[in-house]
Amino acid sequence: MKTFTWHKGGVHPPDKKSFSQDKPILEVPVPEQVFLTTAQHVGAYSKVIVSVGDQVQIGDKIGESAGYISASLHASVTGKVSKIDVITLPNGSRAPLVIINTDQEADQSVPKEVVPVDTLTAEEVAKKLEDRGVVGLGGATFPTHVKFSIPRNKSVEYLVINGVECEPYLTADHRVMLEHADEVVQGAILAAKAIKAEKIIIGVEVNKMNAIEHLRETIAHANAPITVMPLKVKYPQGDEKQLLKATIGREIPPAKLPLDVGAVVVNVGTVRAIYQALALNTPLIERVVTVTGEGALQPGNFLTRIGTPVAKLLEFAGGYSQNTTKFISGGPMMGNAINTLDLPITKGTSGIIALEHAQTRPFIETPCIGCGRCVRVCPMGLRPRYLAKTIVNRRYKDAKKEYIMDCKECGCCQYVCPAKLPLVHSFKVGKSLIRRGVQ
Amino acid sequence: MSHEFQEFIVETSPHIKTKSSTRSIMWAVILALLPATIWGLYMFGLPSFYVLLCSIVSAVIFEGVMAKVMKREVRRTLRDGSALLTGLLVGMNMPPVLPLYIPVAASFFAIVVIKWTFGGLGKNWMNPALAGRAFVAFSWPGAMSVWTSPRSLARLDAISSVSPLGETKTLLVEAGPSGISSAELLHSLGNPVTPIATRVTEFFSSIGIQMSPYNVDLFIGNVSGSIGEISAMLLLLGGLYLLGRKVISWEIPIAYLATFGLLIWTFGGTRYGLPLFTGDVWFHLFSGGVMLGAWFMATDMVTSPCTRAGMLIYGMGIGLFTFAIRIYGSLPEGSSLAILLMNTTVPLIDMYVRPRRFGDRGSLGKKFIKKSTPAGGNES
Repeated sequence: MKTFTWHKGGVHPPDKKSFSQDKPILEVPVPEQVFLTTAQHVGAYSKVIVSVGDQVQIGDKIGESAGYISASLHASVTGKVSKIDVITLPNGSRAPLVIINTDQEADQSVPKEVVPVDTLTAEEVAKKLEDRGVVGLGGATFPTHVKFSIPRNKSVEYLVINGVECEPYLTADHRVMLEHADEVVQGAILAAKAIKAEKIIIGVEVNKMNAIEHLRETIAHANAPITVMPLKVKYPQGDEKQLLKATIGREIPPAKLPLDVGAVVVNVGTVRAIYQALALNTPLIERVVTVTGEGALQPGNFLTRIGTPVAKLLEFAGGYSQNTTKFISGGPMMGNAINTLDLPITKGTSGIIALEHAQTRPFIETPCIGCGRCVRVCPMGLRPRYLAKTIVNRRYKDAKKEYIMDCKECGCCQYVCPAKLPLVHSFKVGKSLIRRGVQ
Repeated sequence: MSHEFQEFIVETSPHIKTKSSTRSIMWAVILALLPATIWGLYMFGLPSFYVLLCSIVSAVIFEGVMAKVMKREVRRTLRDGSALLTGLLVGMNMPPVLPLYIPVAASFFAIVVIKWTFGGLGKNWMNPALAGRAFVAFSWPGAMSVWTSPRSLARLDAISSVSPLGETKTLLVEAGPSGISSAELLHSLGNPVTPIATRVTEFFSSIGIQMSPYNVDLFIGNVSGSIGEISAMLLLLGGLYLLGRKVISWEIPIAYLATFGLLIWTFGGTRYGLPLFTGDVWFHLFSGGVMLGAWFMATDMVTSPCTRAGMLIYGMGIGLFTFAIRIYGSLPEGSSLAILLMNTTVPLIDMYVRPRRFGDRGSLGKKFIKKSTPAGGNES
């Protein structure tokens, strides 16, 4: 079998997917309360359009898209708005929070109505996706309708579906491809039609061979013009830049978008959400979350309502061991450590990973010995060891000359660093200072 | 939400890291050096042990003192094993018998002057052990060129024997081009060979491969020289171990050895009055400090470039200078000075040889990147 990959940098962390890759998706019961933050996506927070005491039906819009890069927010349960509060998110930002008390008597099933899709124009598709609150489910949560609003002077050659799931531990996308391949395929066809893509490619790493085979069968059955490309296992192949290089051999220039090389990249979970939004009129109010890690007592994949507290999800998933020292929201390479299990699941939560002491033992930091491993694994061609020095010494102009804004915080450099230097942390700080205009 | 939850660790991503650490790297290198060290100790006996002991102990003590002076945590500084490694390398680069203040002086120069004046581990711009050796080699040139015969080649003039490299060089300088190869030269001087080398040579000649028994002895390590540099075989083994464990990468040693070997093969014979392409590659690869230098000295992470292309340039430079010093210079050995010389070029190499920025429309990029409008988002 011919496999594809990109060649610049990258690392091979142990994939640890065996905890949950064979566990079918289970549906988590509706919690008594849901916590819906308006910061479910990249861009402007959605504007709350309900007030305390309002009765809401499941799927009702409670937050309006507030800007070009923004998305709508919907009630994930039927109930009553009990409080509008403020929440501090794992990335440190603060955002409004709508708390809904679930109505135990009401029907809490997710609304689905089959609607015709053949007549939709490209503009209508983008509008509908914005209205249904569809955002990227791979982790970056970029509003999908923005990706689908193709400027007049650009054209799309490739729609690349991202089924890479290169982060260790996570298996949510894997399960979606296995259990909902039909919806993924239908969604891909709808999406390609909306953006007038000439070719559709699904990129899947070969540690998910069963998903590759199942997708191929489904595609053959549906007689759909989709190519599944098996990719060598390598992190961070799930980043759109590396994925496009691996699948269509094109490099996105710095500070450009996939569209600049004639491609649109969408995650498999997102493609499924697109299908549900367009064909079933379902808003994005639930997603598959992997609960896994050495500390998870019963690892698995769970269909969870957006706004469910992490604690409730963990409780349903069988809880966590007493030795658990760290919880990560997302993958271990790029996810955020969370300090409280009260945090709600958001549209971007691909997994909750419980790590035990053995995985979180602190490393002893030593001075940089200049081994250059960080330079050789950086997929963006940066020089982390010099870049970190510029930030530590507050030479932000030099940091820009070392292309700090190209850094996407994938963590390869810090993963391999024998001196255990907090490289990514310094880049995060440096980028945010430079964005704020610090000289 | 409440603020009473502090029971979980919160830190920035990535949350997983490789097990490889500064300490594990240093210990892997020490482990890889052990076979060659033990071979040297066995061949040269007790005096060489004292030399090694002095260099290692003094290096560790100097490191501890400097850490204290510079107000670093002494235990944590010593824990990384780098001083131990420097001390070991200093000792391995010493002749087996010499006044014991010399290895101490070499360790002092390596640790205090080269390593700590610039800020300790990771800040030195020359390989400390080699700089220490160079320092004492120029300070006590007499004592630093007294070579002992190894146990396996005991000769009458055991204490004042010369190294094969020095021997051929001296003859060359005194007698001029003789028109014969270095191996024939050694033979004509009556240098002994071990029975095992004779047997290996006979075996290979029976299957049609001709080789000099001197080179076999060089490869195995039946030769006089510095304590740790004599067994090319065991050093190669250690180097391959480091390659296998991915402590070092192939670029520097291979670029070094290939460049050096190629130059020696092409021009090495000309100094003996032989035509081009007659140089004795194996003699030069296995003698002196080339193997120790290629696998353990040139690959020192602190003083080598960080990009693959930079590493190749650096390795080729060392090969070129080792060749130049050995064949055209007045010193018999060139690898340590060549490495020190290239050490000083590393900041320059790193400044100009950069990795290609992803998506940069460089020479390679143009082929793949679709033309896009020049306007659009740029970094702030």
